[in-house]
Amino acid sequence: MKSSVEIVKAPEGHSGAGFFASSFDEVIGIARSNSLWPLPFATSCCGIEFMATMGSHYDIARFGSERPSFSPRQADILMVMGTIAKKMAPIVKQVYLQMAEPRWVMAMGACASSGGIFDSYSVLQGIDRIIPVDVYVPGCPPRPEQVIDGLMQIQELARNESLRRRNSDEYQQLLQSYNIQ
Amino acid sequence: MLTNQEVAEDLLKKFGDDVFDFEEPYGLLTLTTTREQAIPMLEYLFHHEKFQANFLTDLTGIHYPDSEGKEFAVVYHVHSLVHNFRVRIKVFLAEADIHIPTATGLYASANWMERETYDFFGILFDGHPNLKRILNIEEMDYFPMRRQYPLEDSTREDKIDALFGR
Repeated sequence: MKSSVEIVKAPEGHSGAGFFASSFDEVIGIARSNSLWPLPFATSCCGIEFMATMGSHYDIARFGSERPSFSPRQADILMVMGTIAKKMAPIVKQVYLQMAEPRWVMAMGACASSGGIFDSYSVLQGIDRIIPVDVYVPGCPPRPEQVIDGLMQIQELARNESLRRRNSDEYQQLLQSYNIQ
Repeated sequence: MLTNQEVAEDLLKKFGDDVFDFEEPYGLLTLTTTREQAIPMLEYLFHHEKFQANFLTDLTGIHYPDSEGKEFAVVYHVHSLVHNFRVRIKVFLAEADIHIPTATGLYASANWMERETYDFFGILFDGHPNLKRILNIEEMDYFPMRRQYPLEDSTREDKIDALFGR
């Protein structure tokens, strides 16, 4: 019987009898992209939607995000889900700073992306005011399928970006613009 | 069972001209008093042999920007758990002299509520042990619930009328 389980294809490279040669960029990119540990920073209803995404029905583990990391030290993606009040902003930033490179950020839902309906004195108008964001997932709240699509886009980033991107001038300037060393 | 009439008459007898503007919206006895008599009145109701109004349900502020000399109000809701009887006490303050004595001596629960009222309206509770912001960021330099700010930030460019169908 033909299995419906797909495994990741081998990267491009040279193979011969008893050897296979490829570049670290390719291999490490594949390894990273299929083992992204998310840190769920859930503050409201989007967090509920993430629970569905994480649960057995939608099962984010199929994409290598088996283990939600509740410690920023071991996390690869910061998933910010829900309204971030201005008082919460320094905490989001601190969690981001505690994460080790390489790190990605997903803003899930309208509130994390732009403040959403909360055009208010107390609400941060999008987390990109304090930390750089890689992928924005729209919706109020987004469906689990959208969250998975967002995760797959981060997988694409992890797979294709240069391992040294995070040493690039562009990236350094980006962090500098957020006052992050 | 306590009646509004009974409590109102008792307060009138005790506080005389310092208690006025009686109302009964939705059956809730509402009255106004002066800044000086606010705490004595809460204490009176608390220690009253019969009323025993021993629970501070809520303490908050109101801003009436157009009423001159009475721009701010502090509202106390007290509840007698013994009789299931509630009373609402209002005190009006002028913006130029926005001070009122603290109720923390009587109700420990007034501590956070007074901080919240200070945080949002800037009302100063004299004698409060720790009168600083409680919900908003500490760097905030205004009192957001005062009715002097537009509902939407008019400098924003991303929330344009066309996108919102208006």
